[in-house]
Amino acid sequence: MMQTLKKFFASGTPWIWVNAGAVAISVIMTVGLLLLLALNGLSHFWPKDIMLANYSQPVLESEPIEREIIGERIDTEQVSAERIISSGIPVSENTAFYERELVKIGNRDLNGSDFTWLLTNYLNDISYPENLTAFERREWGNFYGYVQEVKEAGVSIVTSDPSIQNDNAAWLELEKRIDRALGIFEQIDTLEEDDIGEVNYALERLRLQERGLELRGTDTAQRMGEIASERENWEANYEILQTRLSELYEQVERDTVVMLAMNGETTEINVSQIVRAYQPNGMHVGSKLVVYGAKLWEFLSDEPREANTEGGIFPAIFGTVTMVLLMSIFVTPFGVIAAVYLREYAKQGFITRTIRIAVNNLAGVPSIVYGVFGLGFFIYFLGSEVDQVFYPEALPAPTFGTPGMLWASLTLALLTVPVVIVSTEEGLARIPRSLREGSLALGATKFETLVRVVLPMASPAMMTGLILAVARAAGEVAPLMLVGVVKLAPTLPINGNYPYFHLDQKFMHLGFHIYDVGFQSPNVEAARPLVFATALLLVIVIALLNVLAVTIRNRLREKYKSLDM
Amino acid sequence: MSEQPNLSHPSVADTAAGAALAASAATTRRKLRHLKDKAAGVSIAVGGLSVIAAVLLIFLYLVYEVMPLFRAATIQEVSEFQIADPHSEEVLHLALEERLEVAMRLGGDGEAIYFDTANGDLLSRIPLAIPDGQSISSFALDTDVSGIFALGLTGGHVLIAEYAYDVSFGENNVRQITPVIRYPFGEESFELYGNEPVSKLSVRSSTSELMLAGTSESGQVRLLRARRETNLLSAFTASSDSDWQTETATLTGVIPAVNQLYLDVDRRWLFAIGNSGRLSMVDVRPAFNGGNAVIEDEVMLVPSDRRVTEVEFLLGGISLLVGDTAGDVSQWFLVRRDGRVAIEKVRDFDAGGEVIALSSEQRRKNFITANEQGYIGIYNTTAHRQVTYKKLVDMPPKTFAMSARGDGLLIEQENGQFNLFGVENKHPEVSWEALWQQVWYENYQEPEYIWQSSAANNDFEPKYSLAPLAFGTLKAAFYAMLLAAPLAICGAIFTGYFMAPKMRRTVKPLIELMEALPTVVLGFLAGLWLAPFLENNLLGIFSLLVVTPLSILVAAFVWTRLPKEIRYLVPDGWEAALLIPIIVIMGYLSFVIAGPIEIVFFDGDMRSWITNDLGITYDQRNALVVGFAMGFAVIPTIFSIAEDAVFTVPKQLTYGSLALGATPWQTLSRVVLPTASPGIFSALMIGMGRAVGETMIVLMATGNTPIMDINIFEGMRTLAANIAVEVPESEVDSTHYRILFLAALVLFLFTFVVNTLAEIIRQRLRRKYSTI
Repeated sequence: MMQTLKKFFASGTPWIWVNAGAVAISVIMTVGLLLLLALNGLSHFWPKDIMLANYSQPVLESEPIEREIIGERIDTEQVSAERIISSGIPVSENTAFYERELVKIGNRDLNGSDFTWLLTNYLNDISYPENLTAFERREWGNFYGYVQEVKEAGVSIVTSDPSIQNDNAAWLELEKRIDRALGIFEQIDTLEEDDIGEVNYALERLRLQERGLELRGTDTAQRMGEIASERENWEANYEILQTRLSELYEQVERDTVVMLAMNGETTEINVSQIVRAYQPNGMHVGSKLVVYGAKLWEFLSDEPREANTEGGIFPAIFGTVTMVLLMSIFVTPFGVIAAVYLREYAKQGFITRTIRIAVNNLAGVPSIVYGVFGLGFFIYFLGSEVDQVFYPEALPAPTFGTPGMLWASLTLALLTVPVVIVSTEEGLARIPRSLREGSLALGATKFETLVRVVLPMASPAMMTGLILAVARAAGEVAPLMLVGVVKLAPTLPINGNYPYFHLDQKFMHLGFHIYDVGFQSPNVEAARPLVFATALLLVIVIALLNVLAVTIRNRLREKYKSLDM
Repeated sequence: MSEQPNLSHPSVADTAAGAALAASAATTRRKLRHLKDKAAGVSIAVGGLSVIAAVLLIFLYLVYEVMPLFRAATIQEVSEFQIADPHSEEVLHLALEERLEVAMRLGGDGEAIYFDTANGDLLSRIPLAIPDGQSISSFALDTDVSGIFALGLTGGHVLIAEYAYDVSFGENNVRQITPVIRYPFGEESFELYGNEPVSKLSVRSSTSELMLAGTSESGQVRLLRARRETNLLSAFTASSDSDWQTETATLTGVIPAVNQLYLDVDRRWLFAIGNSGRLSMVDVRPAFNGGNAVIEDEVMLVPSDRRVTEVEFLLGGISLLVGDTAGDVSQWFLVRRDGRVAIEKVRDFDAGGEVIALSSEQRRKNFITANEQGYIGIYNTTAHRQVTYKKLVDMPPKTFAMSARGDGLLIEQENGQFNLFGVENKHPEVSWEALWQQVWYENYQEPEYIWQSSAANNDFEPKYSLAPLAFGTLKAAFYAMLLAAPLAICGAIFTGYFMAPKMRRTVKPLIELMEALPTVVLGFLAGLWLAPFLENNLLGIFSLLVVTPLSILVAAFVWTRLPKEIRYLVPDGWEAALLIPIIVIMGYLSFVIAGPIEIVFFDGDMRSWITNDLGITYDQRNALVVGFAMGFAVIPTIFSIAEDAVFTVPKQLTYGSLALGATPWQTLSRVVLPTASPGIFSALMIGMGRAVGETMIVLMATGNTPIMDINIFEGMRTLAANIAVEVPESEVDSTHYRILFLAALVLFLFTFVVNTLAEIIRQRLRRKYSTI
């Protein structure tokens, strides 16, 4: 045996296997991470069944108290008895391990917190009654309970008996009224964000105009009069909108629903507070899928609620995309020109080589350094100059002298320009010399050769570079924290207010959303699934971009293989 | 193409004129094309160079922002004047208003004169409320910040007053300064001695308490404490003299001959300095509680061949600055030694010659000296730095005053001439010592490395040591490399040399995808998923580290023992695929067995065992978590470069080795690795560079406490994370802001140098390969 072992080690085979193991571990880690993200991120939207159970865990020096539990089972884990005892629950030490589960009991307004840890052993009489209802609310998170009574303006309309599973008269009535409230809410949204937003924006512009006239000394009575009358118009408009708004609010708050929560507590919830309601226990897979789809769509297309921990992430998606597009507009021409210069026009020699190495290495400079540069140079230096010259009427409030979309995309363009240069150069280097010479021999000038022959052939390489740059920019957060990202932007960077494209505005970003909600929000536990979903979305987008870049690159290599001689 | 005329078409070149026209058109075209080409060439060159310049701008801009930190202070004369109006020759105190427009001079005759610093014109003359028949026998200043001072009188009384400026905005927003003298403790003087001149005096006050220490001519030291009565009524009425309750205490026989007296800021310690330079530190509290004051500590401030000339408190009233005849200024403060309070010398400065005037700044830990040759020096205590040293006036100055912001200096010379200087001294707090070495900060017991850039109070001593941040950066990078280096390099060797091409085509893109994962996602997983997971499964992780390599070896052994029929089912180069299920299962098992082991050996909870039995601090977000998360981020970087180096080793080398009878492993270790080692080394360097600059992972996966401890279970704060946290809050162009830029510059230079080295090594290697 010893002999075989010795021989085994001498052969070197084990070391080959150890190396193989390293690859295996890397692969497992990557795949595992993607699976972890996918599982946690996607399961969040599934309408889980709501459990009804009795729970009585042992209590120190007194009889256990039995209480009712209504909630979603989220997670389970094994915990040693010692650890449970040290946390103050006197369980028996005969069993070494206990199963502990995390239950989302919601009803933050009644319970104080959304989650509770329970020992599975002490959960009794578990059932899933079909008339248990879940609400997603605008405030206070989810609510779980039975629909007992629907009221209109304080007058009872329908009542149901929670103890009878198929008495769903109140539930059916409630569904109708939720739809009505949601419809009114849509109107309120348009009114608040589009119409009143427009008025506020117009008033602010008038104020700036007025101030600008004063500064230039052209504040003639006539111009001032015009501004004043325009302002009156807007203000009158505002009054009308405001009345309409309060009418709508009155309408939306008409209905209430009386709910029976766990432990017999009843509470009255205004229907306008409900975003979505469903009875998951009675739903079959198909209708659950419908709810799943609706929640997923809400996540992608809606605005965040409750300090970003609920609702959608549309502004973050929109901000990321806008910023990345703007960055592409900056980075593509400059990156390509720099690469063309380095490869086609500059004299190849020591200096070009040095520049090439330097550019290459800039890709390895920490991104936070670019952020610091962007903040110091773009915002505090350039931005405040721009403000002095073009926006003196808004001072001392800065317009471009503060973090914003333009500076963020410029900073990221600087960060990613090496990627585009390197990739384009690689593409240019791959084009055989014979093609250039052929073009020149036919009498084309160098520029014509470049535009008609070289660049079209190098375009896939440029594309690859651009895609890699976009992928890097989309995932970068550290520099953006300094140059323009905020946790909650009041309006989108592109909207209906003149001049429609607001380069000076701060914006939301997927990556920063993850950091902010995951680490700065007061209710991390409740926000966690949403962060997982956001992270998954970001990873999917970036992975797709990378796969695209790799595919284009491989195609390109295949295409020019035949030209290489 | 469409706009170009078809020159070869016969119908156009039909006639001679037509031909000539066509020829001239063609010439114009050719010229135009040539011109276009030239223009394009120039604009591409300009564009290309400007992009490269823009990129270089980053470096230059960082340097530009950092440079002012290391510039010495500059001093420029603003005005020179004499005061024409009659005034006392003797000066008790000179003060300069914040905007350098007005100065106050308190003369020995008890009259405060306010004058314009542009020309010496008298603005106001306010005699102090000194009782008739008495004159000033001693003077003491509380601080220039409060403007409160005390005058000891020949009749044994002490008068407390405050100099101030009322600023109002008149018509057209013109700033008007009205000098005033206030009596915050009442216009009535306090009785310290019965009809015996107060010869030495010290004063300390807060809004509700005043303390005086003085000596009589006979050398008797007496204390006086006045407290505001805090009854409900007086809180609403204006303060009058009767509101102050005074009590006195005499320190009998405790202190020998006293030359100077100083009370500390908390009004607890009295520092009495004798002729020989002996300082006695007395706790005054027992004296007011009916006991006897005791000398807590005694030190010699200067060697026996020198004398103490000037003593001053530094901003905050914690440090005592002592100037002597040999031109040394030493800083002293209280420290705790073996349960007792002692006063110790912290550092000293060279003022160039006998110190004849000493004054401290009002908002920073700076002080200014004048020596007998007339040289003026400005120093920062924390940075232990002489900011400037210059001869400003011909004669030794009689006295001087520093403005509140430290940007103006008014000197009065012996001949009655005044000189006003503008001082440009923006960043005195920075020196090599302050940034990278241990510094003995006020209220600390010994020199330490501390980063603490801001605090709530104004007299805070900023602590800008980059050492803990640099340490944290290297610590995080070290633990990350500990995980990443072996995994990435072993993986690269297998992928580049042994792996079947088909599998390689799947594995490489997967690793590239791993590289593209946003670090914010990794940081989020590390902070919210991995950190609690590790805390609960600590032993599982450690058993994983042992079980995985062992199981790989066992699997390899078992595989070689298997019958050939089975082994031939899997071709060479697919070992990694075989290992995946084995590692997954063994990994799971190692968490399962960890539970019982934990119960037997660690009382069921390894985390509390570490804290309680080993006494090691355990933070949930610690270096271990960072090591895993950042290691994960660094693996693909190292992997792809190292794999490139291994894969591109010329095939004829390996074939030659194999043909000579070497085993694959021998070929790898003797031929491939030595050839590829520079490439692998540069891969490690680039990986290190990435780990050093990574921001989001450390920001999210550590507690961001700037501590210097190698303990794997504690967190750290890195340079990058520190920048991300503090830059948005720092005031533009302040010292703090510029130091953060310096941190960015350090990061930039570090990664740039490391990457350039790695790149040069790689290019050399490539050239070597191409010649083989």
